[in-house]
Amino acid sequence: MQVKGEYKPLIVAFCCNWCSYAGADLAGNNRLNYPDNVKIIKVPCSCRVNPMFVLRAFQRGADGVILCGCHPGDCHYTSGNYYTRRRMALLFSMLNYLGIEKERTRVEWVSAAEGAKFAATMNEFTEAVAALGENKRLEDLRCKK
Amino acid sequence: MQRIGVFVCWCGSNIAGTVDVQAVSEALKNEPGVVFSTNYQYMCSQAGQDIIKNAIKEHKLTGMVVCSCSPRMHEATFRKTAAAAGLNSYMVEIANIREQCSWVHKDMQIGTEKAIILGKAAIAKVNLNAPLVPGESPVTKRALVIGGGIAGIQTALDIAEAGFPVDIVETKPTIGGKMAQLDKTFPTLDCAACILTPKMVDVAQNENIRIFSYSEVTEVKGFVGNFDVKIKKKARYVKEDVCTGCGLCTEKCPQKKVPNEFNLGMDNRRAIYIPFAQAVPKVATIDPNACNMLKNGKCGVCAKVCAAGAIDYKQQDEIIEEKYGAIVAATGFNPISMDKFDEYAYNQSKDVITSLEFERLTNAAGPSAGKLIRPSDGKHPHTIVFVQCVGSRCAACAEKGKEYCSKICCMYTAKHAMLTRDKYPDTEVYVFYIDVRTPGKNFDEFYRRAVEEYGVHYIKGMVGKVAPEGDKLMVQASDLLANKQLHIAADLVVLAAAIEPDKSARPLATMLTASMDTNDFFTEAHPKLRPVESPTAGIFLSGACQGPKDIPETVSQASAAAAKVIGLLCKDKLTGNPCVAHSNELMCNGCSSCERVCPYGAITYIDKEFRMPDRTTRVRRVASVNPAVCQGCGACTVACPSGAMDLNGFASKQIMAEVDAICK
Amino acid sequence: MNKETENLRKEIVRISGVNPVKCMRCGKCSATCPAYDEMEYHPHQFVYMVESGDIEPLLNSKSLYQCLTCFACVDRCPRGVEPAKLVEAVRLAAVRKQGANHLKADDIPALLDEDLPQQAIVSAFRKYSK
Repeated sequence: MQVKGEYKPLIVAFCCNWCSYAGADLAGNNRLNYPDNVKIIKVPCSCRVNPMFVLRAFQRGADGVILCGCHPGDCHYTSGNYYTRRRMALLFSMLNYLGIEKERTRVEWVSAAEGAKFAATMNEFTEAVAALGENKRLEDLRCKK
Repeated sequence: MQRIGVFVCWCGSNIAGTVDVQAVSEALKNEPGVVFSTNYQYMCSQAGQDIIKNAIKEHKLTGMVVCSCSPRMHEATFRKTAAAAGLNSYMVEIANIREQCSWVHKDMQIGTEKAIILGKAAIAKVNLNAPLVPGESPVTKRALVIGGGIAGIQTALDIAEAGFPVDIVETKPTIGGKMAQLDKTFPTLDCAACILTPKMVDVAQNENIRIFSYSEVTEVKGFVGNFDVKIKKKARYVKEDVCTGCGLCTEKCPQKKVPNEFNLGMDNRRAIYIPFAQAVPKVATIDPNACNMLKNGKCGVCAKVCAAGAIDYKQQDEIIEEKYGAIVAATGFNPISMDKFDEYAYNQSKDVITSLEFERLTNAAGPSAGKLIRPSDGKHPHTIVFVQCVGSRCAACAEKGKEYCSKICCMYTAKHAMLTRDKYPDTEVYVFYIDVRTPGKNFDEFYRRAVEEYGVHYIKGMVGKVAPEGDKLMVQASDLLANKQLHIAADLVVLAAAIEPDKSARPLATMLTASMDTNDFFTEAHPKLRPVESPTAGIFLSGACQGPKDIPETVSQASAAAAKVIGLLCKDKLTGNPCVAHSNELMCNGCSSCERVCPYGAITYIDKEFRMPDRTTRVRRVASVNPAVCQGCGACTVACPSGAMDLNGFASKQIMAEVDAICK
Repeated sequence: MNKETENLRKEIVRISGVNPVKCMRCGKCSATCPAYDEMEYHPHQFVYMVESGDIEPLLNSKSLYQCLTCFACVDRCPRGVEPAKLVEAVRLAAVRKQGANHLKADDIPALLDEDLPQQAIVSAFRKYSK
């Protein structure tokens, strides 16, 4: 599926093992389409996502990074997603200051039952990132082959 | 360098329909570390697994990637396959090319490209995998139940029934809890004592159960399967094994004016007392704050009359140390204090009572021997007003009420109203409600019977003011449906006070490192799927300490908690999840950041000696993760400012390698 | 709800600082109100009618001036809705509509009760003479 616009943005999605990864699986089970430029990395909990990983993704040329976790209060590890929410709020505002538009970063809560929400979120997010164009601000060209 | 095998699954046409599996296995052949790559129709089938096993042996694989369905589906299968062929099961990674690739994309080229990238990411990760061996720890086959109410009793009985020893720790001199104070139970109107006391006797007679009454837990150390607990057995000044419970001392004691807490202070007991006739253990206890002998050494009547010679004024608190494999919290609830609700005149009039006091008033063993009377003058009340939601659903100010619904009040008020009308048909009964909440088996039918058969006046509205006037209580209330303000001259006002967790729960939770919500209820590991376990491994929850509950729910949760405990105690050894955090002691500064974010209390600090280059040694405080307690969420790895914390199986380097592979 | 009512509702919510949606309809405000029998619309109705945008009848009602502003309802409300502040805000909204304030300061002496406490008289003058 080709996204509208001139180019295909590269989206890295971190999904927690218990809710969002299962939600992504459900989207697949229900054959719900979302752009192929979304690549999912499984983490045990959204709070495992070190801000370093997000920076690394942008450095290596990702155009958007999205974190998906369990809904507040439903975290498998009780409080992990609250940490994610706070950490990412800080990180994203810092990235915004550095020139990575806040539309390129997002934290979304997707439960294991929300396959449709996962697909819709990915479609919407990819479109928003595509509208911004390529991420040039943090990309390290030396890392590109 | 790893020797990695790649196995691409067709999954019939599920994957092969949109992904060119041949191209994928070819493309991945040249990735770093890959020495073997193949594809097959069904990797999870016996034949497919044989291909994997043979490849592991033939090519001496140290790691493998299966490009197939979601790891939630077959990760366990392929891990077992690897283990069967002698490869560590944690050297297996799955690239999810079905749910997250072939099923979401329709174009063959796009699907193939994405599958290759996902495969590359998995290979990049496996390159950095290390073999992991799950830790093992022994299990002490003994359970501790904290709280001896109906929840604790049921949990203890069920565990003991399965053949494991159980100890019950109860702060009061007897087990039985709140249920022992009740008169009848809804919705069947069984007498509470008739169904509870046989269970209490069962507890006393069960060889597997020990009761530590008049005791409290003072220290908990250790982790799942291996808790070290200190229990303080408070001095009751009566030798428990000698006392026969004859009760002679309680009749002869000259100190008669001690408020009886079992009857909520509505009558008096002696300084030496047995809370109620069916108490278990049936042993007298001396109240040190009331006893003249203990206060100033002048009395000693009980010692004189005791034929068994059980009185011991010199008894001391005793500390018992015991090991447990599992701990069940069953600390229960209390009605909240009515002191802050001056609009209901609770402190001004004796005839404004709480529902638990009403329960004692109607109980045949209560202060009025079951006769419904006004506490002030002993007269029979002709008009009774019940007020619901007193302090429940109260979000306005936290120190006054509770934001949650106390759940049980609607039903017990219906019960009180019904029983009053049944026994005293000349009494007018008004119930003021905001909503009547009766979601239980036969609950709504019960409430409707109170209205339809017993003629209880249910009024939608709230009481705004209760003012004592002469021997009457003037109740000012609103009737929202009639849009009127009512003024009722009542003889008795009964307040359905909100319930709150017992005060002992908070310090206990700290000892257990079990988490609590803002209302001091214990939090469950998962609100839907693990409702009787605490997120802390080895801690289980039973009854109202987890949230407001009626008796049927409490008993079912108690049995559920027991089942979980039995499941744990049945094991000889606990196999842990090896994907746990660990800290690099050389980098750790001992700053406590990780400890603060750990929801399980798995991180402690140890003072460790390090050899310095000049051959001296230095002691530094470093974090140490207990692998039996850690659940592997990774919160600490991000909190660590020096980067010393990392997570096995999801190491920072591994995830970064995945990011790099995807972004290439 | 039409635009005009919606704006009026927003204005009242803004003046009072009260969020009527927090009301759980228990009726404790009306149960506690000492001026209940004098009022055509009662405290709980004020909250509900503002919430649902049915504000016109309130603006034209004498109930606006019968609220004693004793704050018993504010004190007792279990959800912190503060109905008296809402009544006050509706009254202000009526005052701000030119000519809609149907009670003038000169009318008050005729309405006074001998037994009315001094404080209430002062508060009434403050209230009606804005």
